[in-house]
Amino acid sequence: MDMSIALILSQDGITNGAIYALLALALVLVFAVTRVIFIQQGEFVAYGALTLAMMQSGVLPATVWMLVAMGALVTVLDGGLALKAGQGRRAASVAGWNLGYPLALAAVVGGLAVNELPLAVQVLLTLAIVVPMGPMMYRLMYQPIASAPVLVLLIVSVALHIAMVGLGLLFFGAEGQRTPAFSEFSLELGPLMVSAQTLWVVVVSVLLIVALYQFFERTLYGKALRATAINRVGAQLMGISPTLAGKLTFFLAAFIGALSGVLIAPITTIYYDTGFLIGLKGFVAAIIGGLASYPLAAVGALAVGLLEAFASFWASAYKEVIVFTLIIPVLLWRSLRSHHVEEEE
Amino acid sequence: MRTDRLVLGAFLALLLLVPAILSPYYVTLLNYIGLYAMVALGLVLLTGVGGLTSFGQAAFVGLGAYTTAALTTATDLPGWLAWAGTSPWLTLAVGLLLTALVAVLIGSLTLKLSGHFLPLGTIAWGISLYFLFGTMESLGGHTGISGIPAIGLLGWTLDEGGEIYYLIWAFLLVAMLTTHNLLDSREGRAIRALKGGRVMAEAMGVDTSRSRMVIFVIAALLACASGWLYAHMQRFVNPTPFGVHIGIEYLFMAVVGGAGYVWGAIVGAGVITVLKQWLQNWLPSLLGATGNFETIVFGLLMVLVLHRAREGLWPILKKLVPVRALRKTIDPDAEPLPRRTLPKAGELILEAKDVTRRFGGLIANNNMSLEVRAGEILALIGPNGAGKSTMFNQISGVDTPTSGEVLFLGKPVAGHDSREIARMGMSRTFQHVKLLPTMSVLENVAIGAHLRSDKGVLSSAWRLDRAEEARILKEAARQIERVGLAEYMYEEAGSLALGQQRILEIARALCADPCLLLLDEPAAGLRFREKEALGELLRKLRAEGMATLIVEHDMDFVMSLVDRVVVMEFGQKIAEGLPDEIQQNPAVLEAYLGGVE
Repeated sequence: MDMSIALILSQDGITNGAIYALLALALVLVFAVTRVIFIQQGEFVAYGALTLAMMQSGVLPATVWMLVAMGALVTVLDGGLALKAGQGRRAASVAGWNLGYPLALAAVVGGLAVNELPLAVQVLLTLAIVVPMGPMMYRLMYQPIASAPVLVLLIVSVALHIAMVGLGLLFFGAEGQRTPAFSEFSLELGPLMVSAQTLWVVVVSVLLIVALYQFFERTLYGKALRATAINRVGAQLMGISPTLAGKLTFFLAAFIGALSGVLIAPITTIYYDTGFLIGLKGFVAAIIGGLASYPLAAVGALAVGLLEAFASFWASAYKEVIVFTLIIPVLLWRSLRSHHVEEEE
Repeated sequence: MRTDRLVLGAFLALLLLVPAILSPYYVTLLNYIGLYAMVALGLVLLTGVGGLTSFGQAAFVGLGAYTTAALTTATDLPGWLAWAGTSPWLTLAVGLLLTALVAVLIGSLTLKLSGHFLPLGTIAWGISLYFLFGTMESLGGHTGISGIPAIGLLGWTLDEGGEIYYLIWAFLLVAMLTTHNLLDSREGRAIRALKGGRVMAEAMGVDTSRSRMVIFVIAALLACASGWLYAHMQRFVNPTPFGVHIGIEYLFMAVVGGAGYVWGAIVGAGVITVLKQWLQNWLPSLLGATGNFETIVFGLLMVLVLHRAREGLWPILKKLVPVRALRKTIDPDAEPLPRRTLPKAGELILEAKDVTRRFGGLIANNNMSLEVRAGEILALIGPNGAGKSTMFNQISGVDTPTSGEVLFLGKPVAGHDSREIARMGMSRTFQHVKLLPTMSVLENVAIGAHLRSDKGVLSSAWRLDRAEEARILKEAARQIERVGLAEYMYEEAGSLALGQQRILEIARALCADPCLLLLDEPAAGLRFREKEALGELLRKLRAEGMATLIVEHDMDFVMSLVDRVVVMEFGQKIAEGLPDEIQQNPAVLEAYLGGVE
C-alpha cells in the first residue's frame, strides 16, 4: 500500500464514517429518550435512498402509500379517541395532519412530473414522504407499550425491521439503485481527488451535528428531550409529555436516516435490504459510546468507517466479519469496567 | 390418574403414530417443527425465563451443522482429529464442545453488562459467522457442503424422514424434560430470579452472572444439537438457514408460542412454520411478485402479539386443556439443612466505621459509625431521607461506600459482592419489597436457602437433587410457619398484602440461616396483631443469639423491642443510646418534631 491508496481509503472511510456517525447519534438519542433500540434505522436509510431513486426514474414511490396507510391508522386511533372525548376540533386536526397531509403529498408527487423537477425539490419531497413515518411509527407501534421492558421494545424493533425489509422488497423490487451525484465537480488535493459527493456527505453531516447540538442546547424542545433522557418520570412531572418526546425523537431519527440515505445513494448502490448493515455499523459505533455518549459514538463511527475501508483493501471477503468483530474488544472493555449488579428495567 | 400425565400420554402416543398415519409432507413439516422448537426452547429459557435474548441462535445452529458437515465429509482430516470424522455421534460431541466454548466467550463479554448488550452482541456475532460460512472455501462457500452421511443408531440408518423423525422428537422431548426439571430446582429458582430479581438474588447469594451464563450456554447447546440433526436430515448444508434473519425468526417462535413456557416452544415453532409455508405459497401470487414477503406478516404479527398477548399463545391454549398444576409436597422426614454455629451473645458482629457515601454533590451518609453485637437488636431510625436505606446498602454490599470501613465478623466487607457477604452470614430484607410475584411463597422463601445447598445444573436437570431439594423445601416451610404465613404457602407471592410480603422477606432471610439480620421497615403495613407476632419472633431470634439491625418508623414497635437506638438525620448520626434516653434526647426531638423557636 502506498500513500495515495491510503489517502483514498481514508477518504472512503471518513465519508462512510460521517454517515455512521449521524446514524449512531440518532440511535443514542432514541435509546436515551425512549429506551427503544432503533434497529429499523437502516430501513429509513434505504427508504430514503430508494424513494429518491424511484422519483428520478419517474415512478410514483410506493412509500407514499405506506405513509397514507400509517396516517389512516393513526387517524382512526387518535381521531377516534378525540371524538369520544368530544374534541371535534382536535379530531379534525389529527385527520388533517395524518390523513390530509399524506393524501395531499400523494397528489403532488403523483400529479407532477417529479423526474423533471430539480434535485433539491426531489430530495425535499423524499424527506416529506419518509420522515413523517418516524413519529407515526412511534404512535402506532411503541406508544401503546411505552413502559414495557427494554427487551420487549427491542423485539418490537426487530419485528418492524423485518416487516420493513419485506415491504421494501415489495415497494422497490430486488434491483439495486444508485442516484446521480448532487454535483459533478471534484477537488484535487495533491494526489487525492475528492469527489463532490464526499464533500456533500461530510459537510452535511457536520452541519447536522452542529444543528443538533444547537437544538439540544438552545431550544425548549431540545432541552425537553434531554430532560426525558436523564429522568423520564421527573420530566413527565415537569409537564414534558413522554408521547411528544417519543414522537419528536422518532421524527429526528427518521430525518437523519432518510437524509443519510439520500446522501449516500450516489456513492453506493442501495438495495431494499442494504439499510440493515449500514444501520448496524451505526450500532457498532453507538455501542462504542455505550449507547450513552454522543462524542464517543461519533469517534467510534469514524473508527468503524476507517476500519471498514482498510479492511476492504486488505481482506475484502472478510470486511463485514472484521467490522462486526470490532465490538468484541469494545464490549470487553465495557465489561471489565462494570461492577455492580443492576436491576433491568 | 393425574390429568397432566393423561394429557401428556395422549400427546406422546399421537407423536409415535404420526409417521404411520400422515403423508411424508407432514412428517417433514413436523421434523422441521421439532428442529425449530428445540432452538425456541433455548430461547424460552433465555428470554422468557431469564429476561435475556439472543438473535444469534441461528449461528449456533449453523455451528452445530457445519461442524458435523465439515468433519463427516472431510477426506483429509489431520491425524489428531481423524477420530472425529468416523461417526456423527462423535461430531455431535465436538460441535457441542465448540458451541459451549463460543457461548462462554460471547457470554463473558456481554453478560456482565445490561441486558440489551447481549442481543446486540449476538446480532454482530450472527452476521460475522454467517459471512464466515459464506466466504471460507474449506466450508464450501455459498454453495455449501453436500454428501453428509445419515446418522446410524444401533445398526439402523436414519436416512428417511419418517426415521429421523423419531430421533428429532426424542431429542426435543429430552430437552424439554431437562429444561422443565432444571427450572423446578435450586438452580432453576436462581434462573427464574434473573428477570426482575437480580439484586434480591445476589443478596441471597445467587451468582446471577453465572446463572445468566448457564442459560445462555444451554440455549446455545440446544441450538447446536438442532443444527446437528438438521445437517444429517438434509444431508447438505449451506449458509442460508443460519443468517441473522432466521435467528430473528427463532425468537418470534419463542415469543409467539409463549416465551415463559416450555411448551410454548412447540406451539410457537408449529405456528410459525405452518404459517410460513402457507404465506410463502400464497403471498407472492397475491402480491404479484416473488420474494420473502412473509416477513411483513411475521413482523406485524409479532408486534400485535407483544401489544395484545405478551405472554404468547400457550397460556391461552393451556386454559383449554384440563390440567391442574401440582402442589409441591413437603417431606416431613427430610433431614434438616446444616446450620451455622452462631457467635456467642455479646460478641461484636458488625462494625461500621466512618462510612461516607456521596452521590455527586449529595452526601447520603456522612461519617456514619455503628456496631451490632450478637443477641442484640439495634434500631436505626431517623426522618425520611435521612440515609438509612443507603446505609443498609453500604453494609450489605449492594452499594460501595465512598470512604470508610465496614467490618463483619471482624473482616472488612465494604465493596465486596453482596453474595460474598451473604455467604458470611448476613441476610437482609428490602424497604421496597423484592420478591418474584408469580412464584409461590414457598419457592420465594426457598431462594433464601441457596447458599446452604450446592446441587448444580446437571444434577437438577436429571433429578439427582431431590434429596437436597426436599431438605430445602422443608426448611423453607419451617421458616414460613415460623413467621406465620403457613396458610399462604402455596399462593403466588404477588397476591399477598404488602405487610405479608414484608414478612415473607423475613422468612426468606431466615432461610439463609444468618447470624446478622438486616430488616428494612419490616413492620410497615402490618396490623396490630401482626406487629405483635413480629416482635415476638424477633425477641425469640435475639434469645437464640441473632444480631439484628432494624430500620423502622413505628416508634412504639421500636422502643418496646430494641436494645439500643442510633438516630440519623441528613446522613449523619445525631444520637445513640438506650430507647429511653433517645426518647428524651433534645436533638432527636428536634429532628422529629421540629425545634422550638
